[in-house]
Amino acid sequence: MLSIETAVSAAYVVAALLFILALAGLSKHETAKAGNTFGILGMSVALVATIAVVADDGLRTTGLILLIAAIVIGAAIGLWRARVVEMTGMPELIALLHSFVGAAAVMVGWNRYLHVEAHPDGPAARALDAIGLLGIHAAEVSISVFIGAVTLTGSIVAFLKLSARISSSPMMLPGKNALNIGALAAFVALTAWFVVSPSLWLLLVITALALALGWHLVASIGGGDMPVVVSMLNSYSGWAAAALGFLLRNDLLIIVGALVGSSGAFLSYIMCKGMNRSFLSVIAGGFGMEAPASGGEEQGEHREVQADEVAEMLTGASSVIITPGYGMAVAQAQYPVAELTAKLRAKGIDVRFGIHPVAGRLPGHMNVLLAEAKVPYDIVLEMDEINDDFADTSVVLVIGANDTVNPAASEDPSSPIAGMPVLHVWEAENVVVFKRSMAAGYAGVQNPLFFRENTQMLFGDAKDRVDDIIRAL
Amino acid sequence: MGRFAANVRRVKIGIVTESAAGETRVSATPATVIQLLKLGYDVVVESGAGARASFTDDAYADAGATVVAPDEAWASDVVLKVNAPDDEEIARLRDGATLISLLSPGLNPELVEKLAARPITALAMDAVPRISRAQSMDVLSSMANIAGYRAVVEAAHEFGRFFTGQVTAAGKVPPAKVLVAGAGVAGLAAIGAASSLGAIVRATDPRPEVADQVKSIGGEYLAVEVEEQMESSDGYAKATSEAYDRRAAEIYSEQAQDVDIIITTALIPGRAAPRLITAADVASMKPGSVIVDMAAAQGGNVEGSVPGEKVVTDNGVIILGYTDLAGRLPTQASQLYGTNLVNLLKLLTPGKDGELVLDFDDVVQRAVTVARDGEKLWPPPPVQVSAAPAAAPAVAEPVEKKEPRKLTERGRIVAVAAAAAVLFGLIAISPAALQGHLVVFALAVVVGFYVIGNVHHALHTPLMSVTNAISSIIIVGALLQIGSDDAVITTISFVAVLLASINIFGGFAVTRRMLAMFSRS
Repeated sequence: MLSIETAVSAAYVVAALLFILALAGLSKHETAKAGNTFGILGMSVALVATIAVVADDGLRTTGLILLIAAIVIGAAIGLWRARVVEMTGMPELIALLHSFVGAAAVMVGWNRYLHVEAHPDGPAARALDAIGLLGIHAAEVSISVFIGAVTLTGSIVAFLKLSARISSSPMMLPGKNALNIGALAAFVALTAWFVVSPSLWLLLVITALALALGWHLVASIGGGDMPVVVSMLNSYSGWAAAALGFLLRNDLLIIVGALVGSSGAFLSYIMCKGMNRSFLSVIAGGFGMEAPASGGEEQGEHREVQADEVAEMLTGASSVIITPGYGMAVAQAQYPVAELTAKLRAKGIDVRFGIHPVAGRLPGHMNVLLAEAKVPYDIVLEMDEINDDFADTSVVLVIGANDTVNPAASEDPSSPIAGMPVLHVWEAENVVVFKRSMAAGYAGVQNPLFFRENTQMLFGDAKDRVDDIIRAL
Repeated sequence: MGRFAANVRRVKIGIVTESAAGETRVSATPATVIQLLKLGYDVVVESGAGARASFTDDAYADAGATVVAPDEAWASDVVLKVNAPDDEEIARLRDGATLISLLSPGLNPELVEKLAARPITALAMDAVPRISRAQSMDVLSSMANIAGYRAVVEAAHEFGRFFTGQVTAAGKVPPAKVLVAGAGVAGLAAIGAASSLGAIVRATDPRPEVADQVKSIGGEYLAVEVEEQMESSDGYAKATSEAYDRRAAEIYSEQAQDVDIIITTALIPGRAAPRLITAADVASMKPGSVIVDMAAAQGGNVEGSVPGEKVVTDNGVIILGYTDLAGRLPTQASQLYGTNLVNLLKLLTPGKDGELVLDFDDVVQRAVTVARDGEKLWPPPPVQVSAAPAAAPAVAEPVEKKEPRKLTERGRIVAVAAAAAVLFGLIAISPAALQGHLVVFALAVVVGFYVIGNVHHALHTPLMSVTNAISSIIIVGALLQIGSDDAVITTISFVAVLLASINIFGGFAVTRRMLAMFSRS
């Protein structure tokens, strides 16, 4: 019997499977575009089905107008932002979008409270009470709001840090681990209270607590770990959706939330492994704690070089590896870099890119920028693929990267970044480092690479300098 | 600092005169003495030690060393030498001393035994592993560089013509043709020297990847075209196959008839040098041609070469088998060798405080140590240091790595069982209405882990923006609430739908934009 209910259930199953196809498709270049299309399809199916069920429920005209208005306005803003965003601003945009998911989760949670618990004698509360789920429902409201609020403020802080609106250095409150754990314990206690006697002020306290926790969690994580944080927030937004799914008894939300949540968590874990950091210590904001330890003791003389000399060096080279970092993104140097690459390749010089797993402020950030500038992706290699080749390389251009090429990570056990896998650029014959000044990198650690005998520094804005080299060629 | 140091006896480095016949080098020059002093050591130099390398006692004294009698130099805490010590010299070392010199421990097992029989520490400069970090201490490279250069100079000395071609009023002079066999450090140095003298230089080597290096210093690489790849894991050339050898022999025969100078540099560690040029090849060369066999001491690449001698064949070809080519540039060789020593001592003196420390966790320090306090430590564990593209796991650098905590099979079963029990407990007490959802939840979590398990690194950002868009499925919850009678609920859900819509449309659109940019060359 086809009814609106069965049709909606069927649509949700289809949508859930389309989302799985979307994620699976995005793990390979060849299928990535199809994956995105599957995602759009899945979302369309879910939206149409939901709107159908809402309309069938007897939605009045005002409601329908509001609904369509909200979607149209949201779509317009979203599409506009997506079109105008600079690829270098991608990390901020994604962090900001995460915060919207968190905000939406909080709002839906509140609404459920207003709909059910606020009217203990209302029909919805009675219906739930009849099957003994009223208490569970209250707990679910609390959990959804909590996760949503943590995601909301966490994402906002990440956004502010990434867009350099606040300092990226970790905030250090005394006893911060105790604060985090205390907040969690308080949350459990408040939830229990809320289940027993639901009240609006209690829900507001829970919300405020979660907002504060989200803020503190991300504020105490240093800039160097931002890629992991963004991916972790992605995971949180998934768990928020899953919690809402339980709240609304909606399997689609549960499936999608769990998919996003677990894949995001796994991605963060992969990245932590890439940096040789413990997953827990990153989440608890442990990285920044040791950072200021050994700052610039083993210094020395650095040598400066001019753009035309670099051009000469490149002309005589047989193989060149470019290792970009956040500095390339900041200077918008990806286009000149791509042009330089094309020029060198035309001369028969083997040019490749070595990308550190955490280069930039977002996983895969560099790949996106280079792709934007039409650098073919088969010469863009990841660290493990290229690390053994540096010894055979004539020239390495380090463009705006610092911590990811720091030899201290593998040579100085006392360094705060000791043990983090890095690109072994120093093994090449010549290393040219493009840098604005001699300042330390995001992790606040001095880089002995700059003082190596085979290293030369090219100071200034990366984009201008690369342009200079192209001109000299 | 100086005030404290005055009370403490500083570690003394002794530079001794080389006893080997014909040895002209010395283990330190005035320039390297200054660097040794900077490391916090005292330096004493045996009187006359640098004389044959044109370094006077005065020059050492000016650099800050103390010039002393032989016995005092030998009684130092650390003795630096060029050649391996003989029995008498081993006996002269004081107990607890450290000896650093060329030892060839692989070829001289008796010497290793004798050194280990004394309570001393012996470090072999020629055992430095070929890894990037140790390049600055690689004596074999620095000496080979000098020898390669000198081989060309010796050849030019014996050769009766110009190297370069000229058109003069007195007639046209054709350029000399030089064949260099083996494009290692010595070979490359020879190619560079010969081509800068103006000769036409050709080079052979079993490793095809040196072609670019040969070209880069002015030589022409003669490839031996056979189906075979040569690259060894320790940075040196290996023995070759039969098919390869046959084709190579043909090339050498062809070239021998054409070229004027042949310089052979082919060595295989721990084995006799390969025979590259036969007597017949030599006989086919023009009279007055010169062959320099740089491998003469290891058996020779050229049939008829005699170690340390100049031989003139019946058809007037000169074969030089000099084994002291590096020593024929004593000033330069001493300077480079001395710098290699300084670099090793820098590694051994991490505090720059004149305190010599051996750290066996460092592959370089472990590799050079032949004996320590009477304990034989040769051979060291092998170091894999290939620069080949298809290299095995990179263990070139001793990265401090914590062993990832691995669960044993049993531990894993216990952990899974415990997790299962907890999960069972939680789900079993949850209301029936929830259980279906929990099943869905658990399965979706697992699917989530698996679908992105192999995500390509470059796609992390698009993946994240898509999952972000997908997680806005929260919109469904807000949509269901927007038709509420309660104005507050409607307003809140309106905002929620709005925010989620931004996310959905923005997320998918930005992903599409990113993906459109990925292209293959």
